[in-house]
Order: sequence, then structure tokens, then C-alpha cells
Amino acid sequence: MVLGVLVLAQLPQLVSTYVVQLCISIYANVALATAWAFFSGTTRYISLATAAFFGIGIYALAILNAYLPLPLALTGAAVAGFLVALIVGLSTLRLRGVYFVVFTFGLTELIHQVVNWWSIKNRAVTRYIFTDASRVQIYEMLLAIALFAIAASWYVSRTRLGYALRAIGEDETVARHTGIDTTLVKVLCFAASAAVMALVGAVLTLQYPYVDASIAFNNTWSFEILIAALLGGPGRPWGPAVGAIPLVLLKDLLVGSLYFTIALGLCFVAVVYVLPGGVAPLIERWYRTFDAATLRQVLRIGRRPDSWGWPYRLKLGVKAGMARFNGLWRR
Amino acid sequence: MFEVLLGGLLLGGMYGLVALGLNLQYGVSRILNLAYGEFLIGGAFIAFFTATGITITILGVTIARLPPLNPLLSLLLGPPIGFALSWLIYRCLMLPLVKRTPDQDALDADVVLVTFGLFFVLQGLAMVNWSGDLRGYSFLAQGVDVVGARIALNRLLAFLGACALALALFLILRHTRVGSALRAITIDPVAAELMGVDVRKYSALAFAAGGALAATAGMLVSTFISFSATSGAEYTLKALIVVIMAGVGRVTGTLAAGLLLGVVEQLGGYLLDPGLTLAINFGLFALILLLRPTGLFTRA
Repeated sequence: MVLGVLVLAQLPQLVSTYVVQLCISIYANVALATAWAFFSGTTRYISLATAAFFGIGIYALAILNAYLPLPLALTGAAVAGFLVALIVGLSTLRLRGVYFVVFTFGLTELIHQVVNWWSIKNRAVTRYIFTDASRVQIYEMLLAIALFAIAASWYVSRTRLGYALRAIGEDETVARHTGIDTTLVKVLCFAASAAVMALVGAVLTLQYPYVDASIAFNNTWSFEILIAALLGGPGRPWGPAVGAIPLVLLKDLLVGSLYFTIALGLCFVAVVYVLPGGVAPLIERWYRTFDAATLRQVLRIGRRPDSWGWPYRLKLGVKAGMARFNGLWRR
Repeated sequence: MFEVLLGGLLLGGMYGLVALGLNLQYGVSRILNLAYGEFLIGGAFIAFFTATGITITILGVTIARLPPLNPLLSLLLGPPIGFALSWLIYRCLMLPLVKRTPDQDALDADVVLVTFGLFFVLQGLAMVNWSGDLRGYSFLAQGVDVVGARIALNRLLAFLGACALALALFLILRHTRVGSALRAITIDPVAAELMGVDVRKYSALAFAAGGALAATAGMLVSTFISFSATSGAEYTLKALIVVIMAGVGRVTGTLAAGLLLGVVEQLGGYLLDPGLTLAINFGLFALILLLRPTGLFTRA
């Protein structure tokens, strides 16, 4: 694993700019999807405010970058996302289900329109970004953020906080009665995930010469991240990454084509009907057939357990068929 | 000032018109149809082709050449198509989800995804077929005097259409057997089922009727606002705002909420800054969601 990370970190020296650019896009999507699933996947509060925090990160960086050194500006962007999310997160006290979905969506548009109006009023529709961050630096920062997001999500899922989040997703009333401070958990985790989103936005902006409100607060981000996380499987820390990677590749393949929207739409529908839990449970089930407990069982009972699923059953079936076939000849 | 108010009322009538079908769909069948705007744009496209004339070719063979006609004639075609398509969507796509769902929250999540997918597919198909160009045509584009203010006839037509549809829907819901069944489902689907209402049949009916209303609204709106294959989302959003404001399943409330939104938007634009109209829209929406998530026109 460590080796893999080292290889990924050295990748820009080995491959073309195009691949590096593609990787930047992948890491950004992975980080965003993981951050999204950290809150929305566990608590089932489906948020469409990804674009809002992403855009806040972009604008915070664009403003702070003029006055502060880069690391401080990036921190400032994350803090801005965190603070705004603290306030927005309070809405989870009153809204659930579809109301929370449309609220976050409307809020993103509200922020978008206000920022747009304010920029036009100040005669600064586009904001220029002057930075000397190179492509490789951006690559490394996004890789670090993506890995951090997955690691943090994995770590939290094993702590009491992770259980609290899942309990809220299962049944919030029960969670409250078992003594979980649901308000604190929801608001803090929402803000933490927003901070990561803002940071991704800020880092990604470094490669653009300028931004404006409709780039920063583009709703497409919210939807693509949502679908990436749900496609992968929001219930597991590494699930969203599994979904984000093929989606970015698909997008790259069909870039500028009208068929991307159609393909994306069909993806949505497929997730709901064919893979209600995402791809991750499938992978896990397949992987389970080779885990330590099962192997111990193999040693104990001296044969393969039936839990090895359809490949094993298929093999059994083929064997039985062969035996019958052989029997025919022997007779 | 008076003209601003009047403009707000006309705009609000349009909002109410756009939202009627969505409220019927979400109120009765509990399916939040995010592809709603696409049906509206479909109605608008049919009206556009009726108004400008169209040559229908299949595989390069010209089948029929239609001369430009009165766009009102498209009401014979658009709403039935909207009805049939929506009915099919409910039967084939939504019903499996309704059957397997454990609770409304899970259903909402599934439905949001599927209708989003549908939205992307329909929009993509419209883009492929008709490109993303803005389209508009001229119909009843003359002014009339209404109590001292001069307003466009086509806007007045849409406003009157909104009032007529809302009234008709209200009367149907209030005074017919189907209407009482629909209202019963709105209030409590389980209890309605126990009282012998065929919930699935009437849900499909309401969903289909919502699609027909969307196509009608699209036709009326297209007479004075130009549209493109991508403008469906705007209408879905507007309709959603109005439905949330009105309260789910409230027909007359929908029109009232639409009027309120239109007036507030116009007044806000007039008093504060014209660039802020959309922001006012969403601000009002967020505020109402936070303060009264069940809508303005519901009994607490």
C-alpha cells in the first residue's frame, strides 16, 4: 500500500501531462465523493450543497491568495467552508429527506446568485488568480487530500463517532434516545466534510487563470459527486473512490459529447435498479471469499466452504456434469 | 408601482401554472419528479413546431409537411403525449421502486436518483435532436389595456389559463369520486387503501395528469418566453419552489404561492436591485423551508 502511494506520488515524472491532468481530475472527484459520503452516505441526509462548499473554497482562495502565502490561503479556504457549513448544518435540525435535498440545492443557487450579483456590482465578474503552483504540486496536493479523506473516513468509521453517524442514518430518534448528541454529530461532521470540499475547490482553482461565479458554483459538481458516491457505495470509506474513478474516465472519454449526459442519466437509473448499495458490496462479497476466517474454515473442515459463492457452485455444477458424462462412457 | 404589482401577478400566475402538475404528482403519488421540466419543454417544443410548421421525415423519407398553424392546436397533441408518457414512466419505472421500498425516506432517495437520470436522458435526447438553440415564436404578441396598465395578450392568456386549470382541478378534486380518492391518498395512502381506494391506479392517474398539465403549461409559457432543450431544469426548480411554498397536495395553494412568489420577486427587483430577483427567489424558498417545511397553505 505504501509502495502504491509512493508510485502514485512519483507518477508525474513518468507519464504525460495529459495523464497527470486526468489524475488531478480523478483525485479531486475521489476526495469530493469521499467527503460527501462521509456525511451524506452514513446519515442519509442527501446533500446537494457540494457545489456551494466547492465554490466557497474557490472564492476564498481567489480572495485570500492576493494577501496571504499559499498554505495560509488554502487553510483559509477550508476554514471558510467549515464555518459556512456550521450554519447550513443547523438546518438538519428541522429538515429531513427530500426537504433537505431541495434546501441544499436551493441554498447553492442562492449563494451562486448572491456572489454573482455582488461581483457584477463591484465590476469584478471574473477573479484572476496569480500563483506559481505547478501542475505537479497541484497533483501532489490533491493526491494527499484524497488519501487523507479516505483514511480519515476509514478511521472515523471505526470510532464511536462513526457508529453515531450510522445510527443517525438508521433511525435518528433511536440514536437520540441512546444518548447520542445528534445535533453536535451532524453539524460537526457536515462541516468537516464541507471543509474538505472547500479545500479541493481551492487547490483545483490554482490551475485556472481566473474564475467566475458560474464556474465556482456549478451545480453539475453536486450531481456528479452524488452519483459517483452512490455508484461506488457510500456505506464504505473506499466505496466513493471506486465509483468516482470510472465516472471521471467515462467523462473524459465522452468529453464535450451530448452522450455524456445520456450516459450519466443511465448510470443514475442503473444504480437504483441494479446496484442499490453501489459496487462496493459486490467487491466486498467477492473479496470475502478469500479472507482469513474463510481460509481457516477451509483448513478445519478440509474442503471448500459453500460460502464461496457462484464461481464455486458453477465449478461444482460443471464437475457433476462431467461425472455424469464420464459415467456414460464407463458404462 | 401598480404596473410592477400587475407584472408580479402575471409572472406569479405563470409560476402557479408551472407548479400545478408537479404538486399533483408529488401530492398524490409521492414521487418527486425532477424530470418534470422536461415534460414542460416537450409541450413547448410541440407548440413551437405547430406554430412554425414542420416537415416530418423518417429515415430521409418525407412523410408530411405541416404548414404553420395556431399553436393552441398543439394542446390536442401535447397533453395526451405527456399523459401517456408519464403514465408509462410511473408504471414501468416508479412502481418497482414503490413496491420494494421500506419507507418514504428510502423511496425519496431512489426517486430523486431515477428522475434525475431521466432528466439527463431526456435532456440529452432533446439536445441531440433539436440542438441547444433558443427558440421562440410570435403569438398574440400585442398589448391590451387592463385597468390602466398595458400588458401583453399572451401573458394574460397564460395567466387566465393558470386560473382556469387551477379552478378546474379544484372542482375535480372537490366534487368528483376520483377527486375524493385522490385527496384521500394525499392525506394518508395507507388509510385510503384500507377504505378500498386502488392507490396504485390513482397514483398512476395523478402522475400522468401531472405530465399532461406540464405539457399544457409548456405550451402556454412558450408563447412569451423563448426556450431551449436545456431550460427544463429552470422550470423544475421554479415548480419545486412553488410546491414547497404551497404545501404538498394543495391545488389552490399552489396558485396562491405562485402569485406570492411572482409579486415578491418583482417587488424585490423593483425596490432593491433587478440583479437580485433570482437571489430573492431562492432566499424566500430557503426561508420558508426552514420556518414552515410543510408549506404556507397547510393547516398546522
